Amino acid sequence: MGWESWFISTFSRALAYGTPLLLGTLGEIYAERSGVLNLGIEGMMIMGAYSAFVTAYTTGNPWLGVLVAGAVGGAFSIIHAFATITLKANQVVSGLALTMLGIGLAGVLGRKWVGLPLFSSLHKVTIPGLSAIPIIGPGFFKGQTLLVYLTMLLVPIMWYILFHTRIGITIRAVGEDPATADSLGVNVTRVRYLCVIVGGVLAGVAGAYLSLSYRPAWTEGMTGGMGWIVIALTIFAFWNPLYGLLGSYLFAALYHLSYRLQTWVSPELLKAMPYAFAIIILVIVSRGTLHKRMGAPAALTLPYTRGEQ
Amino acid sequence: MHAPSWLCIERRPLPSGRTILTVSVIAIVAAFVVAGIFFALFGVPPIEAYGTILRGALGSWHGFAETLRRAIPLLLIGVGLTVAFRALFWNIGADGQLLLGTAAATWVALFSGLHGPIVIPAMFVAGFIAGALWGLIPAVLKAKLGINDVITTLMMNYIAMYLIMWLIHGPWKGPTMRGFAYTDKFPPAAQIPTIAGTHVHWPTLVLGLVLAVAAYVLVNRTKMGFEIRVVGENPHAARFAGISQLKTTLVVMLISGGLAGLAGVGEVAGVHMRLLDPNQISMGYGYTAIIVAWLARKNPLAVIITALFFGILMAGGDVIKVSLQLPFQLIDVFNGLIMFFLIGSELLMHYKISLRRR
Repeated sequence: MGWESWFISTFSRALAYGTPLLLGTLGEIYAERSGVLNLGIEGMMIMGAYSAFVTAYTTGNPWLGVLVAGAVGGAFSIIHAFATITLKANQVVSGLALTMLGIGLAGVLGRKWVGLPLFSSLHKVTIPGLSAIPIIGPGFFKGQTLLVYLTMLLVPIMWYILFHTRIGITIRAVGEDPATADSLGVNVTRVRYLCVIVGGVLAGVAGAYLSLSYRPAWTEGMTGGMGWIVIALTIFAFWNPLYGLLGSYLFAALYHLSYRLQTWVSPELLKAMPYAFAIIILVIVSRGTLHKRMGAPAALTLPYTRGEQ
Repeated sequence: MHAPSWLCIERRPLPSGRTILTVSVIAIVAAFVVAGIFFALFGVPPIEAYGTILRGALGSWHGFAETLRRAIPLLLIGVGLTVAFRALFWNIGADGQLLLGTAAATWVALFSGLHGPIVIPAMFVAGFIAGALWGLIPAVLKAKLGINDVITTLMMNYIAMYLIMWLIHGPWKGPTMRGFAYTDKFPPAAQIPTIAGTHVHWPTLVLGLVLAVAAYVLVNRTKMGFEIRVVGENPHAARFAGISQLKTTLVVMLISGGLAGLAGVGEVAGVHMRLLDPNQISMGYGYTAIIVAWLARKNPLAVIITALFFGILMAGGDVIKVSLQLPFQLIDVFNGLIMFFLIGSELLMHYKISLRRR
């Protein structure tokens, strides 16, 4: 295989596999910036994948599937928000419970949908003009679905909101020092709820991408641990949407490249690679106190009660 | 929190044992009520479903034996998790540590060349070490580099799973097992004795009970246990008191990983008698044990009861799968719901909620 086609396939696979990771990571960044760790990504993602598939299958409209998946993901995240923000439950345990619930529910409800062919998946688009550029054109601007580019578009928007608008300052203040934010008249509860819901909606859409575009079908456990990789990528991204983009595509490219080793390494060990990568990435970005300086919200995982320190 | 004006939420001092018990029971009942809706959606009256679960898990000797068999790994892992959770180490990776235990036991049984009565003790030792080492990796990463324990322990579950798959498809694939991805059957010397006609490998059960007591003593009666609790409850004070976070983290993960490894030994050498597909060995024991430990309020002795409770649910889940044709994932839904109601109810335990007189 020539190096051109090698590049093209790596680029296009990185975009395809990186998109759901990026969607999930963008959402988790917002939730964590407001001080709420949501380990339920995997559960919300799989509920999104399931509901998107069922909607697209029955209505024939994949975009309606994307919308429904977002709504389902958002609705699911409210459970976590209620438990952790209103009831002040432990965020780690609540997130795990959400994942268990989502995987279980999608498995139970999705049983009769397994293996059905989806004729109404998202269309692949070719961007006129740009796709004619040699190598980069077919690598980046051909054979992807519109959701891939919409996700990319979301990155600068979410970055701008988080770092250059009043809303963003409010979100970060709530995640850093909720007591001070509260005393300045910010409704901490509302900000946290909204950020968790944003995370849920995006995780749901990420699931929709999986069942409508990445592999148009419904299979049980089709998220296969992606939700956990999202949690790792959020840390790798230093809670910044721009680095989130970098991390997601880089991770996806590495994942794709590892399959090139198939001649030398057994398929089972190759499947373990992405998880090993995730740990290695965390090791690389961890430099003790660097984390604090690079954006880890100070009040992450801490519930807020007015009047208590 | 912005509570409505007619609600009054006050912080309670430490909840009493009775409050904890009452609140836990209410939480479980609430989870059962919500899960009942799912049974109804599948056309099974909830009362009938719960009746079937109870009869299946406790109504016969065979059913009770199945309950016990499920409770054994939950007990071992759950006890270990209470210790880890005490030090606020989120070990979500017990499934992976269990799998490493199965691999070590398999190596001892099939490839070590050991014979006779030494084999079973050697398997337990090897399983403990393998599980502990697997658990120590995330412990070191957290204590030395500050890397999030939830993620690393989880990632290592997947790595362990594929490692076992590789072993059974590749180097350890049994020559006598044509076409199947199993290892060969363990020789009799490497099979843990069971109560006749059941899968209850009683030596592992006894080991679990002894270790529950040992863990209780460790946590409540020793200096090490005191340090573990301080690190978990007030890391700030721990640093001031000169308690080494590195040491406590390593110790709790040595115990937690090791106990999960022991559970793995029990599963391969007491139930399956061979190494096989990870999904057939573990079925999420490591995740369920998190709820087991949480429901026990991180008390190793209480794990004996909560492990039995989830043993009933798991054994009952098998029965409703077969006799009522319900999907087995209902048990995941169940577990998720119980966990939510449990943590949600903690507010009730720590805060007194009352109606405010207008």
